[in-house]
Amino acid sequence: MSTQLTPEKTAELAKRATAVRKNILEMVTAAKSGHPGGSLSAADILVTLYFAVMRVDPHAPADPERDRFVLSKGHAAPVLYATLAERGFLPHSELTTLRQVDSRLQGHPDMKGVPGVDMSTGSLGQGLSAANGMALAGRVDGKDWRVYALLGDGELEEGQVWEAAMFAAHYKLDNLTAFVDYNGLQIDGPVSEVMSPLPIPEKWRAFGWHVLEIDGHDYNAIYGAIETAKTVKGKPTMIVATTVKGKGVCSMEGVADWHGKAPSTDECAKFLAELCG
Amino acid sequence: MGKATREAYGEALKELGGRYKDIIVLDADLSKSTKTNVFAKAYPDRFFNVGIAEQNLIGTAAGLAAAGKIPFVSTFAMFATGRAYEQVRNSVGYPHLNVKICATHAGLTVGEDGATHQAIEDIGLMRAIPGMTVIVPADATETHQAVAWAAEYKGPVYIRLGRMAVPDVFGESYAFAPGKAALLAEGADLTIIACGVMVAPARRAADELTQAGLTARVLNMPTIKPIDSAAIIKAARDTGAVVTCEEHTVIGGLGSAVAEVLVENVPVPMERVGILDTFGESGTPDALLAKYSLTVADIVRAAKRVVERKS
Repeated sequence: MSTQLTPEKTAELAKRATAVRKNILEMVTAAKSGHPGGSLSAADILVTLYFAVMRVDPHAPADPERDRFVLSKGHAAPVLYATLAERGFLPHSELTTLRQVDSRLQGHPDMKGVPGVDMSTGSLGQGLSAANGMALAGRVDGKDWRVYALLGDGELEEGQVWEAAMFAAHYKLDNLTAFVDYNGLQIDGPVSEVMSPLPIPEKWRAFGWHVLEIDGHDYNAIYGAIETAKTVKGKPTMIVATTVKGKGVCSMEGVADWHGKAPSTDECAKFLAELCG
Repeated sequence: MGKATREAYGEALKELGGRYKDIIVLDADLSKSTKTNVFAKAYPDRFFNVGIAEQNLIGTAAGLAAAGKIPFVSTFAMFATGRAYEQVRNSVGYPHLNVKICATHAGLTVGEDGATHQAIEDIGLMRAIPGMTVIVPADATETHQAVAWAAEYKGPVYIRLGRMAVPDVFGESYAFAPGKAALLAEGADLTIIACGVMVAPARRAADELTQAGLTARVLNMPTIKPIDSAAIIKAARDTGAVVTCEEHTVIGGLGSAVAEVLVENVPVPMERVGILDTFGESGTPDALLAKYSLTVADIVRAAKRVVERKS
């Protein structure tokens, strides 16, 4: 199994990620609220998962044999919806209904309404437990599908995360691969200042996980880590992905204020022009 | 005396485990008390102890259900509905996942452990969650049938179970019907509606009331949500007065559910026998039931009061 992407695949992922970032900006702007910063930081991870890794079929979104993805940091719903649209689960035209009444695209993901959304999340700290349950179900049935979860770094302040961390290691859920989107910022400021969850890799190692540390914007690094995780036996894998909040939009990068604020129409036009690719 | 509803739960789970290969049981370090250990012995590959971590208990169950399993999760009612309330609401209730929360040691009759372990508001908490079915079985037979029904039903269910042995109320011919009250005695002067451990005392209270020249209809109300509105409305029309009995705070539980139906449909005099907005304490179950006004005599007094208010 190669842990390297072809140059063509890497180029495709970059193109997809730019499209996803464009959609994130447009949908959050249209909604006049939402969480662009942490959506943009996770875009490369989601694009790699959905376009290079996960066994999913937009024509059979509930296929029992599919790989699952749990967006534990549910406020990054825009990146999930945009990625699902890019992958064919949703029409692109629906994206700008985000957060509006009667829309399927709730402010935080609702599994009941949206094809491709495997778990309802949003209240922080709960997603990894659900991913545990899915991985356990797959294990009990001897299935080969895998479970992926994405957590925020600020989210690691929730106690339930560590209950779930213990469980996954205790039951040796090696069909579970999780990511920390380590962008360093939460609403009230740097995670290290608000309530430090650092050092992150050491904590997961101490809880019995296989831990990989990567640049969360390097497609080959993301892909390689996921492929490595598939070969790890007897342990779940945590990929601590160092990222930049607001990644891809120069004016938003590294600014905590863009955690949960929508750009104005004018700002959006400016930000779209800043997107590379 | 019959057996505790938790005992019947353990036996029912074991039986259902053979019939439903997708049943997975989770417990949070209380399997000997909740009786999930009976299932664990029979089906060790489908039992998982999550340790003392109730938030993850509920969340893991949600994930199992999302992947097509039928998870039964058990711990004490305090922790299932209190400690993990928001996990039940957001990870189970909101996505309407097929999770069965069978919580034991509910109410004051936990006894000596005291107030920290006596869930007296769990019915109210669970009832407030949209789409949640709430069942409070009265005895072993009803527990067995309610648990079997829950295994078949697709959707979240909360079943409230007790620690102490309770009298057998129902014979083998009893058929639990979800969302339906069961008529235990017929009467004309008032209706006593009870659930859980209060059903047996309610029936005895009806017997005692005959000495005072009063006849009471007695309804067992095992399903608190969805509540049997038709039975409540009919009872109010037929008898003109209602007493509710529950081992739960009078705020949010059976009494509240019945009051909601009465007020909007047939406002008749009503009295609620329950815990009067206070915490419990350590003591034997019987001593606590006496101190917190949950005895046959308390029901009789409430019945007499409510009948006086009719005119």
